[in-house]
Amino acid sequence: MAAMLGWTLLAGFALVTTAVAQSTSSFAINPPSAAAPPDDGQWAMPAKNYASTRYSELAEITEDNVKNLQVAFTFSTGVNKGQEAAPLVVGNTMYIVTPFPNILYALDLTKPGAPMKWKFEPNPEPAAQGVACCDVVNRGAVFFDGRIYFNTLDGHTIAVDAATGKPVWNTHIGNINIGETITMAPLVVKGKVLVGNSGGEMGVRGWIKALDAGDGHVVWTAYNTGPDAEVLIGPDFKPHYDMDKGKDLGVTSWPPDAWKIGGGNVWGWISYDPDLNLIFHGTGNPGPWNPDLRPGDNKWTAGIFARDPDTGAAKWFYQWTPHDLHDYDGINEQVLLDMTWQGKLRKVLVRPERNGYVYLLDRTTGEVLSAVPFGPVNSSKGVDLKTGRLIVNPDKKTGTGKVVRDICPTASGLKDWQPSAFSPKTGLLYIPHNNMCMDEEGVEVNYIAGTPYVGMNVRMIPGPGGNRGAFTAWDVAAAKPAWSLKENFPVWSGAVATAGNVVFYGTMEGWFKAVSARTGALLWQFKTSSGIIGQPITYRGPDGHQYVAVLSGVGGWAGAIVSGDLDPRDATAALGFVNVMKDLKDVTTPGGTLYVFRLP
Amino acid sequence: MNRGLPCLLSAMLVLAACQREERDTRPQSVLGSGDQPAAVTALEPGGQRPASSDNKAGVFEANAFHLSEGKRLFNWFNCSGCHANGGGGMGPALMDQKWLYGSSIESIHATIRDGRPNGMPSFRDKIPDDQIWELAAFVRALSGNAPKSAAPSRDDDMMPHPSENRLPDAATLGKSP
Ligand code: HEC
Repeated sequence: MAAMLGWTLLAGFALVTTAVAQSTSSFAINPPSAAAPPDDGQWAMPAKNYASTRYSELAEITEDNVKNLQVAFTFSTGVNKGQEAAPLVVGNTMYIVTPFPNILYALDLTKPGAPMKWKFEPNPEPAAQGVACCDVVNRGAVFFDGRIYFNTLDGHTIAVDAATGKPVWNTHIGNINIGETITMAPLVVKGKVLVGNSGGEMGVRGWIKALDAGDGHVVWTAYNTGPDAEVLIGPDFKPHYDMDKGKDLGVTSWPPDAWKIGGGNVWGWISYDPDLNLIFHGTGNPGPWNPDLRPGDNKWTAGIFARDPDTGAAKWFYQWTPHDLHDYDGINEQVLLDMTWQGKLRKVLVRPERNGYVYLLDRTTGEVLSAVPFGPVNSSKGVDLKTGRLIVNPDKKTGTGKVVRDICPTASGLKDWQPSAFSPKTGLLYIPHNNMCMDEEGVEVNYIAGTPYVGMNVRMIPGPGGNRGAFTAWDVAAAKPAWSLKENFPVWSGAVATAGNVVFYGTMEGWFKAVSARTGALLWQFKTSSGIIGQPITYRGPDGHQYVAVLSGVGGWAGAIVSGDLDPRDATAALGFVNVMKDLKDVTTPGGTLYVFRLP
Repeated sequence: MNRGLPCLLSAMLVLAACQREERDTRPQSVLGSGDQPAAVTALEPGGQRPASSDNKAGVFEANAFHLSEGKRLFNWFNCSGCHANGGGGMGPALMDQKWLYGSSIESIHATIRDGRPNGMPSFRDKIPDDQIWELAAFVRALSGNAPKSAAPSRDDDMMPHPSENRLPDAATLGKSP
């Protein structure tokens, strides 16, 4: 079976639909230019730009010549845990941050082999490793104004001088003794470093903070549960739907005091629209997972906020998954685009969401324009566009003492954190994602600060078709897939799209792949030393040529069986993920290596 | 070399301090109460010290009631949140033959009571000592290190793996006897 699958993958790719998105080229879909300035060949933030397109205008590497790609240099990060970070390239230097212990490296791209320029070791508290829900990952650093900003697992945000590697400031904002960690990549907007916490599996109350980029002091803090005053909901807050209107919903949509340990963490992606002066960020799952313990809509978890970056004041909110039943965190990336929708020019954001739908939202108001599933979904039956509410399938409702089988998608979602890329040349959004289902049983759970607060037994299984992952090109204008490639394992890496009409992503077996942006045809692949779950990037090197870089090193929630050496005999290990990844140990081993490619 | 000068100087210093620091030249040889010694390493220069055993170990290790209580407490104190049902997650697997800090019930008891540096919390102030022994006995059952007649024989929840009394001894797993 495994051999056959391997053969199919080698032989080419599986097309779900063959319609190529040529029709969309008549519609111009572009990111707002203020959020996606002309490409300078650098890669200064994980999402490439504030619009989060992960699209590069570099076109030296093309559909025709990509087959000649070869390794330019490699670098060992020295850490064999899940490498989820995006490398950064600014000027002649590449910066990479490792999983715990969060070492920051600078590599000199002007010299052969890109030798190390400096390294900075923040020495985070080792105990933090025990309270990180899903491997000890870090999703990347960010460059701004001569400094690199990044977070450590034990809850510090650190600014380092990009030229010398000397720390400039270090602010402690997370407390591991209540289960708080930081895994997300910060975003710098108008001189403020935006950071959120992780800990949705530990009963941690979610927040996002803005730290002054100059000296690191906290400028504002917005919680995602609790009274309006602490959520920074004031007179400017105008949600589109009635379900999000009312006073102190962050308190009243919970049982008494449950909001204090209710999750809604900010461990994913933030986008920024300079024209509207709004940041957009998602909120994580409510805690505990067992929904019987928290009747109500559980505001403001599993949704998205638009906030004023200067003050943190909320402008609107939309809840993807009210009263979440299945750990559908709402933290995925939002790609900001301007497009014609039903005859009108709209400022939208596109969001391939964990609960299985690609959402198109008006980003000025939070109105849902469309929500269409991009894979198998049976936990809900669609989104009511009048009320904005997800239509829950009562057959898949979980609760204490009840085993519910074959819920699709899994707790890790049809798509987890792994960010997609958008090409304005094709009008397609390239979505790396999962295809899995699960059995769930709610159980009693005690809240003990600093320990897990989940209350759910989970056991995952492959989704329809047996392929546990897919790489889907989504036609944004038509709101339907253009093509989709099957992958044996969940596609837990990010994607990058280029003007050369080549799209890159990695697989958990360790293949780094280049496919045609138009058809999905496999053009080139290279087997790296470990499974890939990182975010590929592309940049123009000091020699003027285009390079492609990715970190290889399996792990994350999906790869925890390998990076944490978990025992496949326990179906519930790693919150149920191990059951569906039993064979990963047979195909890859832990690693941590940077690979950089170029044409000969 | 003049030895007199430093001596004189130090004597002056001691006098100036008025009081002489107290020195315990014979430190207590026994540990404080509640701190049973549990070996952290097998490396002992010059040869291994005989394994010290706690007399509670025997009471808890082969007792069906204590083992089933240990199984209940493993969920109650959220051990299962980090270690799942033995396969691991945020914490390492406990049903395999790999032990970071020792497989003896005394070592496991010490792990739970005092915590371990890379993220195992200390439950010293949360769990009464006898319940820590029950947990330690159950942890050993996860890797097949409890008498079959005493280990828990059923799961009340969604089945993660065969019940503990049917789990193989992890040390011989996959090896012919
Ligand atoms: C917050 C997560 C967390 C909780 C809760 C937790 N553990 Fe752990 N545990 C860990 C981590 C992480 C380690 C590894 C520590 C290290 O390597 O230093 C560990 C180690 C251990 C070990 C040592 C394993 C070895 O190989 O030597 C045992 C035994 C253990 N835990 C049992 C328990 C029991 C029993 C409970 C419940 C009372 C519990 N743990 C609760 C995270 C946790």
